[in-house]
Amino acid sequence: MTSIDRDVRQTIDAVYREHSRQVLATLIRLLRDFELAEEALHDAFTAAMAQWPRDGIPANPRAWLVSTGRFRAIDRLRRRARFDSSLAEIAYQLELECSTETVDDTSVADDALRLIFTCCHPALPLDGQVAMTLREVCGLTTEEVARAFLTSPSTLAQRIVRAKAKIRDAGIPYHLPEPDALIERLDGVLRVIYLVFNEGYSASFGDTLIRTDMSCEAIRLGRLLYDLLPEPEVAGLLALMLLQESRRDARTTPTGELILLHEQERTLWNRELIDEGSSLVERALSSRRFGPYALQAAIAAVHAEAPSAEATDWEQIIGLYDVLMRITPSPVVALNRAVAIAMRDGPGVGLSLIDALMAGGELGDYHLAHAARADLYRRQGRLEHARESYRQALSLVQQGPERRFLERRLTELEHG
Amino acid sequence: MKYLCLVYSNENALHDLPDSPHDSECQAYAESLHASGRMLAAEALQPVQSATTVRSRNGKVSLTDGPFAETKEQLAGFYLIEANDLDEAIEVAAGIPAARVGSVEVRPTRELATDAPFQAARTADS
Repeated sequence: MTSIDRDVRQTIDAVYREHSRQVLATLIRLLRDFELAEEALHDAFTAAMAQWPRDGIPANPRAWLVSTGRFRAIDRLRRRARFDSSLAEIAYQLELECSTETVDDTSVADDALRLIFTCCHPALPLDGQVAMTLREVCGLTTEEVARAFLTSPSTLAQRIVRAKAKIRDAGIPYHLPEPDALIERLDGVLRVIYLVFNEGYSASFGDTLIRTDMSCEAIRLGRLLYDLLPEPEVAGLLALMLLQESRRDARTTPTGELILLHEQERTLWNRELIDEGSSLVERALSSRRFGPYALQAAIAAVHAEAPSAEATDWEQIIGLYDVLMRITPSPVVALNRAVAIAMRDGPGVGLSLIDALMAGGELGDYHLAHAARADLYRRQGRLEHARESYRQALSLVQQGPERRFLERRLTELEHG
Repeated sequence: MKYLCLVYSNENALHDLPDSPHDSECQAYAESLHASGRMLAAEALQPVQSATTVRSRNGKVSLTDGPFAETKEQLAGFYLIEANDLDEAIEVAAGIPAARVGSVEVRPTRELATDAPFQAARTADS
């Protein structure tokens, strides 16, 4: 390989990293078929490897790849039409469109957004939405996605095949939702991104380090979506993820044990992520069209900006929980609000709030409700009650690091 | 594309809930679909107790009284519509008055494969 070849090769690699998802998104729109578009993307890069070293790198590599991929796809359809005559008509139709449709930069941005909304279409099962988003929008391999979700590649491949079949057979469109449906559909997209984030975030306590990649993918998706659709809730979700991510290094010990927020070493928090998250929160809140993600991010930002646990502005946090309760009331939000009130007004007040919530019949099976009660009893010095509540929390907890945390607390009380 | 919207609801409750649609409302919705050019066919059905299930095995026809399957919600009617894509079909389905008290299953129709030998046989028949 000559040094020129090597340079071209490196350029092609860089173009692939930067543009392959955009080229794919445009090809899906032009060809109206996921499989065909994926084959076309592959063909286009194969052609680039053959032609660019000889002819030089085109002025607009992305447009070159789209147009090459498109013609190769039409060729493929023609070859297959010998066995399936219905494809000839499709190939002819696609060829006609070549002369009328051009690919400019605005349509490319819209294509990326279309791809996200199609992959997160609510008519697809949630696990299919997640798999399609990571595979098609983020460009992860089936094996990578399978590893992140602790399933086998064949199970994951099945999910993707089924999702693609449903998109094709049920006529799930490859377009942006109408403006009046956009915000509602956006909720579904945000949910998928946050689910991907949490898969990386909550799994990062030691068990499988590889899964932290999912948090980075989710943040990348959040940035992409915010770029394409700067809605307040998109800013809110991106901010929430950045602020949670900023504490990654502080929230576990080197051996993977959980460290609670008020005991974390705050110098380990990533200031750059906090600053970016906080300014996104401000932008979202000032829009006055913010929702639950922006509010949760705002709460995270108040914590992030407190120089120490003692200096936390609980008044502001309680105010934010009040608003959150008004727009998305839930027992878990009420529990968090009660814990914040306990920080301001003392453990007794918090306990009676939590007891009232639990008397309402919900939260009985929620381990963190019992853990919160245990902590408040501990702070009151009512150690027998605290031990009892930790035991109840332990009987309900699922996750390894949380279990070990509760066990440690219980042991401290039993020996301390 | 063609979509079949199957309207399911609990027959006993369909007409008695606060949100239950009147026939006149269903009629008006069907007419609005006609006007928009999306309507291919629509009918409301008699209750399931009027159903007869037919099977043909080895040339022998057997009948059973009642629906194919006993379910909590029953098929109450259908709309066969023309829509550009699933989002349009969902929009039509969401507007069906009975969707307020029941459920609407949206299914794309399938083109039958037209393989040559069968076509030839059909032509010979006719």
